[in-house]
Amino acid sequence: MKCRKCGEQASIELRRHNAAFCAGDFLEFFRNQVREAIRKHRMFGRDEQVLVAVSGGKDSLALWDVLIDDGYQTTGLHLDLGIFDYSVESRAKCEAFAAARGVPLLVSSVAEEVGGPVPVIKQVTRRPPCSGCGLSKRYLLNRGALEHGFPVVATGHNLDDEAATLFGSVMHWQMDALPRQSPALASTHPKLVRRVKPLYRLSELETAAYAFLRRIDYIVEECPFARGATSIAHKEILNRMEEASPGAKHNFLFGFLEKARPAFERAEVVALQECARCGQVTTGTVCAFCKLSDQVKRAGR
Amino acid sequence: MKVVLRNPRREVEVAGGRRVKEILQDLDIVPETVIVIRGDSLITGDQIVADGDTIELRPVMSGGRSTS
Repeated sequence: MKCRKCGEQASIELRRHNAAFCAGDFLEFFRNQVREAIRKHRMFGRDEQVLVAVSGGKDSLALWDVLIDDGYQTTGLHLDLGIFDYSVESRAKCEAFAAARGVPLLVSSVAEEVGGPVPVIKQVTRRPPCSGCGLSKRYLLNRGALEHGFPVVATGHNLDDEAATLFGSVMHWQMDALPRQSPALASTHPKLVRRVKPLYRLSELETAAYAFLRRIDYIVEECPFARGATSIAHKEILNRMEEASPGAKHNFLFGFLEKARPAFERAEVVALQECARCGQVTTGTVCAFCKLSDQVKRAGR
Repeated sequence: MKVVLRNPRREVEVAGGRRVKEILQDLDIVPETVIVIRGDSLITGDQIVADGDTIELRPVMSGGRSTS
């Protein structure tokens, strides 16, 4: 198989694009997809400080790598989830990446902020671990950005993540989640920072290939709580569809964003206010993070 | 030939002299879910892996995630 651009031996085949690329031309293709995402959705400018949420995995470190190389002003924020050795190693990968490139990294501990690490949150809430973990991440990323004066948070969500989330939302017709599914969410409240996903045009295969070819040392092991997660089951279903029909995931997500999302957007009217306890944005009197933190701290007494 | 698998890390011996896509099919692995590494390079599904080669099938899937 030959590279579509230079005719040399290809390193990767992208069936949904009916193309194959050598290492060098693939890296350029990847960077161009990120540039197109940033441009199309006006995610951020070169004069803005961007807070990049980094987990230590391939996606977020690949994103940070592209942004640094393209000259954006970035700072990493790593949330230490307290998930045994997995979190120790994840944090070490982020610290090593930041040190090697001479870029700033902030670290925040879920155990300190919530009152217990993710395994304790799982135990106390008796809910799937991804639930309390996701809630804590969204809250702490937004608050971290506000406290340090960043106007925008960039996350490493890729095309597969977005397609799987959309699949889950459609399966349950979650009318509140559908309008919020977007590569760029504007700030709709002074205490809500802009959230963007510059990798949404790139598949997981592509971000893994980019990270490997750029020799990024990322954590390959999966989160110990990921096994059995619904989002993984949805990804497996979508990958089977992709195998039978290359481009299926792309068409599903991009078709929604271009054709269907505007209809759901019109249906969304949500009144935002500040949490009576912590002052962060919520739709109720007390935010979900404060309720979770109360629950975890009560159980720890 | 040797195939290195992850999560958990393990090695399996399979017959070489075949294309990558045939090896993936034998192992019931969907091509979209792994990058195929030989040495310090990525290789495509049409490439033939020799008997003495070692390849790593590195999973690309990350998650889980909450839904919003």
